[in-house]
Amino acid sequence: MHAQLNAVVDAFPYLLFGAVNTALIVLAAMGIGLVIGVVVAIGLVYGPGWLKLLLSAYLWFFRGVPILALLFLFYFGLFSYLNIQINALAAVALVLGCTTGAYQANIFRGAIMSLPRGQFRAASALGMSDVAAIRSIILPQALRISIPAWSNEYSIILKDSALAFVIGAPEIMARAQFVASRTYQHLPLYLAAGLLYFLLTWAGISALRKLEHKVRIPGYSGEEQT
Amino acid sequence: MNSSEIPVLQADKVSKSFSGQRILNGVSVGLKRGEIKVLIGPSGGGKSTLLQCINCLVLPDEGSISLAGVEVDLHNKKSLYQLRQQVGMIFQDFNLFDHLNALDNITIALRKVKKISRTAAEKRARLELEQVGLGDKTDLYPAQLSGGQKQRVAIARALAMDPQVLLLDEPTSALDPELIGEVIAVIRNLAGKGMTMLMATHQISLISTLADEILFMEAGVIVERGAPSLLLVPGCGSKSAGFCDRLSELADGECKC
Ligand SMILES: Nc1ncnc2c1ncn2[C@@H]1O[C@H](COP(=O)(O)OP(=O)(O)O)[C@@H](O)[C@H]1O
Ligand SMILES: [Mg+2]
Repeated sequence: MHAQLNAVVDAFPYLLFGAVNTALIVLAAMGIGLVIGVVVAIGLVYGPGWLKLLLSAYLWFFRGVPILALLFLFYFGLFSYLNIQINALAAVALVLGCTTGAYQANIFRGAIMSLPRGQFRAASALGMSDVAAIRSIILPQALRISIPAWSNEYSIILKDSALAFVIGAPEIMARAQFVASRTYQHLPLYLAAGLLYFLLTWAGISALRKLEHKVRIPGYSGEEQT
Repeated sequence: MNSSEIPVLQADKVSKSFSGQRILNGVSVGLKRGEIKVLIGPSGGGKSTLLQCINCLVLPDEGSISLAGVEVDLHNKKSLYQLRQQVGMIFQDFNLFDHLNALDNITIALRKVKKISRTAAEKRARLELEQVGLGDKTDLYPAQLSGGQKQRVAIARALAMDPQVLLLDEPTSALDPELIGEVIAVIRNLAGKGMTMLMATHQISLISTLADEILFMEAGVIVERGAPSLLLVPGCGSKSAGFCDRLSELADGECKC
């Protein structure tokens, strides 16, 4: 017991560094995904037919190919083919970002389409340009509605980030595996790794729940104030 | 020609089809400054489509829209945006922005379209809300307002843009009977101030007392037009009189108020 605890304590700073990398991967991926998701969703809802077709192809590709295959395809395939020097962490963030971007696009598209159509018309009727209406009226509401689904997406991407291990990115799993293979303390180290994932999941989801509460529109969901 | 005789707004021979079906068939309407015209007629006759064609929320297939004698370029987005700034619109189901309180429902277009500073926009918005009797509701969100209050915010929101003309599409039809009065009062007040309006409504009191002209619309065509004093004479045989008779029978049957 003592030896096992010691192994974890000794490896802890090392594991923690892995957790920081995991957090960076996930934050970058979710950020990239947010930008892609919003732009693609707007294109899917308001764009011309040819653009919708193009964007659907993007969604199908990233939803249809496993992340592991995407990682190999991009990191060992595309990036080296194009002679692009990119470190493993960045490659993972990019691949996860494009993947979650596809899923987030679907989340935002659903949210936009669930809004009453009249609000866009009312914005237009006031002389707002389409861009202004989307930015000031549609997106603020669609993004609010999307927070619970987005929080789901965060926990999924966090767990998918463990796949970064296979291309040698120094995140939680890679660190745990490295130490475990040297100290032979597999059980405590992978438990510690699991705990770190859990803590990151919990931190992210509670932060998003706080955000959801903070931006809630008064009067909705039983919070009548009149 | 006296400039006061140029219509503020003129729709000329407007036609519109949806999926091959002709909804508007060469409809012309002109509004001079201060004039109030009321659109009536059976549901599905094309009243809403006409109103939305006039501010180009729906683009006409044929025909033209002119503001103060200047024809709007229907193929230029910028000129459509400018047209809509000049022409306010009130919808049957309010269409307030759900994520903004009453005040910001009004300031948003002032800031984003007219590029007015936040402070100035808020000052104007407060003024408009006071005008419709909602000076104490500035911080409430649409979900916290009654239907009548929502429609009054919508009217304040349109008026804050200083429109030349106001289009109203059945502004009281979605309201509970006891809330109709407060919205009618606001519309009467506007009429008293000389606002130019084109309004689709089934509210007898508005039709008979406010309209300078009644336009009876049926199957995409204005089939009858004239002053209420001519068209609404009991037993005169006009479609408008018959229609209003049926409306008031319905209203009598519904509520004894
Ligand atoms: N966007 C649309 N697409 C297809 N049909 C429409 C659309 N808008 C209106 N219509 C049709 O046009 C006809 C006239 O509708 P509308 O202008 O709303 O009439 P009213 O306001 O007089 O009741 C209806 O038959 C309606 O179904
Ligand atoms: Mg209608």
